[in-house]
Amino acid sequence: MQTTMPKASASPNDTTAAASVHGVTAPKTRRKWLLLRQDIPGWLYRSLVTCSFLSLFAIWWWASERKLLNPIFLPTPESMLTAARGLFTEETLWVDVGASSMRVGAGFLLSVMIAIHLGILIGSFRVFEALLQPLAEFVRYIPVPALIPILMVLFGIGEFSKIMLIWVGTFFQLLLMVTAEVRRVPQDLLQVSYTLGARRLETMRLVLWRSAMPGIFDALRLVHGWAWTYVVVAELIAANEGLGYRILKFSRFLQTPKIWVYLLVLGLIGLALDFLFRKLNRRLFHWADTTKP
Amino acid sequence: MTLKVQQLAKTYHSRSGVTNAVLPTTFEADSGEFISLLGPSGCGKSTLLQLLAGLDTPTAGSIHLDGTWLNGPGRERGMVFQSYTLFPWLTVLENARFPLKLEIHQDYSRPSSEVMNEIERVDSLLDLVGLVAFKNSYPRELSGGMKQRVAIVRALANQPKLLLMDEPFGALDAQSREEMQELMRLLHAHQKMTVLFVTHDIEEALYLSTRVLVFSARPGTIIADVAVPFGAIRDPELKFESEFIRLKRELTSLLHPAREADLDRAGLLRRIVSTPSQPI
Repeated sequence: MQTTMPKASASPNDTTAAASVHGVTAPKTRRKWLLLRQDIPGWLYRSLVTCSFLSLFAIWWWASERKLLNPIFLPTPESMLTAARGLFTEETLWVDVGASSMRVGAGFLLSVMIAIHLGILIGSFRVFEALLQPLAEFVRYIPVPALIPILMVLFGIGEFSKIMLIWVGTFFQLLLMVTAEVRRVPQDLLQVSYTLGARRLETMRLVLWRSAMPGIFDALRLVHGWAWTYVVVAELIAANEGLGYRILKFSRFLQTPKIWVYLLVLGLIGLALDFLFRKLNRRLFHWADTTKP
Repeated sequence: MTLKVQQLAKTYHSRSGVTNAVLPTTFEADSGEFISLLGPSGCGKSTLLQLLAGLDTPTAGSIHLDGTWLNGPGRERGMVFQSYTLFPWLTVLENARFPLKLEIHQDYSRPSSEVMNEIERVDSLLDLVGLVAFKNSYPRELSGGMKQRVAIVRALANQPKLLLMDEPFGALDAQSREEMQELMRLLHAHQKMTVLFVTHDIEEALYLSTRVLVFSARPGTIIADVAVPFGAIRDPELKFESEFIRLKRELTSLLHPAREADLDRAGLLRRIVSTPSQPI
């Protein structure tokens, strides 16, 4: 942290020096990086990302070494490394990752399949908007964990009630986000396709849906993250495996290093999926003009 | 082709009352005419175009094209909007061929030779407007003028009898605007469709059209029907000829009848100048 600070402030001076060498009288670039929405160089962005992770690690290491907190709550990096080595060689971690992924996948896919279709209907037709949107807004504000008892009564304590919890947690949010994206499709695009001879269904399929796709895809990325939050909640219902279930079990035996390893795994899965979503978005929707709001 | 617009009117009802967007309007258009609808902004000329395109329903009156009553949009009327309405996920070529794709979707029984002919025609139109080199580009890579050229070619792909243009060059810079005007003259001579062209630019209206319909301020209605006496072949020099300037002055006085009376401009200017400017 301390080593990178002077480096960051020294670089703009370097660039001005370079500019004057070539005889270019560039205006002062000293505070350019603090202009609103100003782009920063890629290397700076990446090193700042690294810096934020490293400083978090440094603070943790320092605090645990100095025993600022009880080691039961905040284990040292060494003890966590030992725990990780143990957990990664055992089969349980992979079973847990698999079980949680299955639940997230099933619940999320169910949400996506229904939300996209209904969202397009709500965004296109006032009738469906009146019928469904206020209802969805209402359900959205019901805290999902509070639904656990009801889900258990309705669907039992098996796999299905866990999937349904993830579905409830993600579906209504996604529905409203898809609706908003569909509404954002410019009216002119729909009108022009009518004048070109498109019928209503063709306009929906060939224009409305295509135009809303990048935004919907980005909504999937955001909501997918929440699905991982709800899977942990879902596994509070009598589970036998799963990342959330295992964390609960470790906490009963105060095995904090192992909890931290699992939290790290959860975070990494989220980060990796987010990265994949972004990559795929850029690949699929390269035509989208990202420079315009 | 004959377009007959009779007593066409549009009224909006809202909580604050009734707004007359278009007062009952009657006019006719014949084959090959290039008619400009000229009027101050907000006079309802764009609403009139929307009615003609079938994108909005009139409150009263009727539109007949070759004797058929028009109700809703159709392929025989193409439209070009002021905003760039290209589909951003399609390339220039795919955008231009989009109407043909729709036709194939709707009628599988058409002989493939006929479809091939249409595809060739659209491709040659792209060539005519100078966009062949960009046929595989996406709209975000194009300038405003280029986008509007693709939009025009796409609207012509259906071989419309009537081309409706709603301030198509309004968002362009002066230079591309002039280029587009030349292109429009070329296309009109080449395709021989009837054009209804909404604009508030007097010079543009005079330079392009064979006839100018002048609209009054809101609520709009036609206050003059001016035949433009210049021949089919025109070049930019025309804009400096005395007859052109005379017509321009005439249309200006029609559009702004009480220009001097409505405001004490000199007094207003004096007041603005004498106010000390605030430091920002």
